[in-house]
Amino acid sequence: MLLETEKLTRIYGGVVAINDVDFHASEGLITGLIGPNGAGKTTLFNNMTGLDVPTRGKVFFEGNDITGKSAHEISRMGIARTFQNIRLFKEMSVIENVMIGRHFKVGNKDKGRFRQALKSYFFMSREERWIYDSAMEYLEFLELGKFANDDAKSLPYGHQRELEIARALATEPKLLFLDEPAAGMNPQETEHLMETIRRIRDKGISIVLIEHDMKLVMNICDEITVLSFGQKIAEGTPEEIQNNETVIEAYLGREEED
Amino acid sequence: MSFFLLILIYTGIYALMAIGQNLITGYGGMLSLCQAGFYGIGAYATAILTVTFGWNFWATLPVAIGLSALFGLLIGLPTLRLNGDYLAIATLGFGEIVRNVLNNWVSLTNGPMGIQRIPMVEIFGFQINPYRKVAFAILVWVFVVALYFIFKRFAKCRLGRALMAISEDEIAAGSMGINVTIYKVVAFMLGASSAGLAGSFFAVYSLSVTPGSFQFMTSVLVLCMVVLGGMGNFKACILGAFIIQFISYLPQLLGVTNLVPAQAKQVFFGLILVVMMVWRPQGILGREKFTYVKKSAKGIQEG
Repeated sequence: MLLETEKLTRIYGGVVAINDVDFHASEGLITGLIGPNGAGKTTLFNNMTGLDVPTRGKVFFEGNDITGKSAHEISRMGIARTFQNIRLFKEMSVIENVMIGRHFKVGNKDKGRFRQALKSYFFMSREERWIYDSAMEYLEFLELGKFANDDAKSLPYGHQRELEIARALATEPKLLFLDEPAAGMNPQETEHLMETIRRIRDKGISIVLIEHDMKLVMNICDEITVLSFGQKIAEGTPEEIQNNETVIEAYLGREEED
Repeated sequence: MSFFLLILIYTGIYALMAIGQNLITGYGGMLSLCQAGFYGIGAYATAILTVTFGWNFWATLPVAIGLSALFGLLIGLPTLRLNGDYLAIATLGFGEIVRNVLNNWVSLTNGPMGIQRIPMVEIFGFQINPYRKVAFAILVWVFVVALYFIFKRFAKCRLGRALMAISEDEIAAGSMGINVTIYKVVAFMLGASSAGLAGSFFAVYSLSVTPGSFQFMTSVLVLCMVVLGGMGNFKACILGAFIIQFISYLPQLLGVTNLVPAQAKQVFFGLILVVMMVWRPQGILGREKFTYVKKSAKGIQEG
């Protein structure tokens, strides 16, 4: 198992945001995380990516306990993420955003931080060129190359979401968390996004995504986990989830059978 | 002419501090208000080492830089997790602590009387005393230009980009694998050391130091220079330093000191800041942007 949580619990004051959640994501698959608003999906994301520290429980990535590690440590281990409310570096250019993703990919880590910093300083242009060129590859992968020198904030909304994905991919993750990647996209853009997500999976990167667009989730996810009121109420393939009584009741609502 | 040189020298000294402040505030997004504290540490390091221990000025320079960087680290580690206003208040407190220590540690600093008779700078037997203003101006500006290039390179390489990312969104920067704390502390130390350097020059220019020179107002002035010139632009903060110094000495320049009370310039600076914030919040020159141009494989050059 690539990523696993064990009885993960996060309590804010008196509110139990997630309660004893055993979540897992398998290697090479697209795992969907769905649930009504306030179910604790983003809280679960934050607790797995180091933005929040769980009250109880553990998170394992490739068998290593990563509970309570800070965001940058987890990122360096190979987990990248995007954010529900886009968190680009808005005043920086599009390419600079992706170059930030390349930040810790520079150089030889055994050499130590100080020597690495000196090298960055004194051999700047060579290193910058490498960062630029490799960042450009990720930008091209998301078909955003022509916007490279534009300000990130000037991009249309859909492209901003894609840029966040490019930036996350630039950290060369093994596992990519996407928090509502299709939010605010029109049907064509969503269609294009689904294609992109499949292409990312085909590169061998496992994906976990939170999404409200059921068409997207049911189409591209290999496995789905359903949260409701902070608890896991179901998991399985899209077909199993669609036919699961508890899920229909809690989330999809009672609809006419088709 | 000599008056113009005086302005030029003070512009140089303040520009050193403003360059440091620009790295802290313009790139790192940290609202620090204690450049005067580090300025004082640098000045007293030079004063005490030359007067009490008989060191050469040039030997005290690295100590002044190192000592202010060390204090930058000590104050930075606990406070840099604070944001915005809270950091401003914490650093303001530190600046006041420095001034109070200088005022009250009489055995070391001679208290409010300060340290007098600081030896003049000598370089290859040539004495650069404050009366040789041209020589002193050149001396200071050599350091300003050097610091400008050193710090600009910091800003341009990946360290500067990481700082900018942190200033825009700490959470996103952390999620990109950037160790937020380390970068903030390093930027803070670099900024502090530039103020320490400025302090050393101040000490050998005034030939005496008193705690009164390192007041909170000095920190505010330095911040004004950066904001006025343009945050995230090193050229701009040198320009800002010049404008603020020029305005400071304008009454003397026009010979109207008896008409304009000394406090009037503070009112004027306040007014400038308000006007800038309303009409041109990015400063006179605005942020310096680096454009990245794709070079062909043949054109790769090392530097």
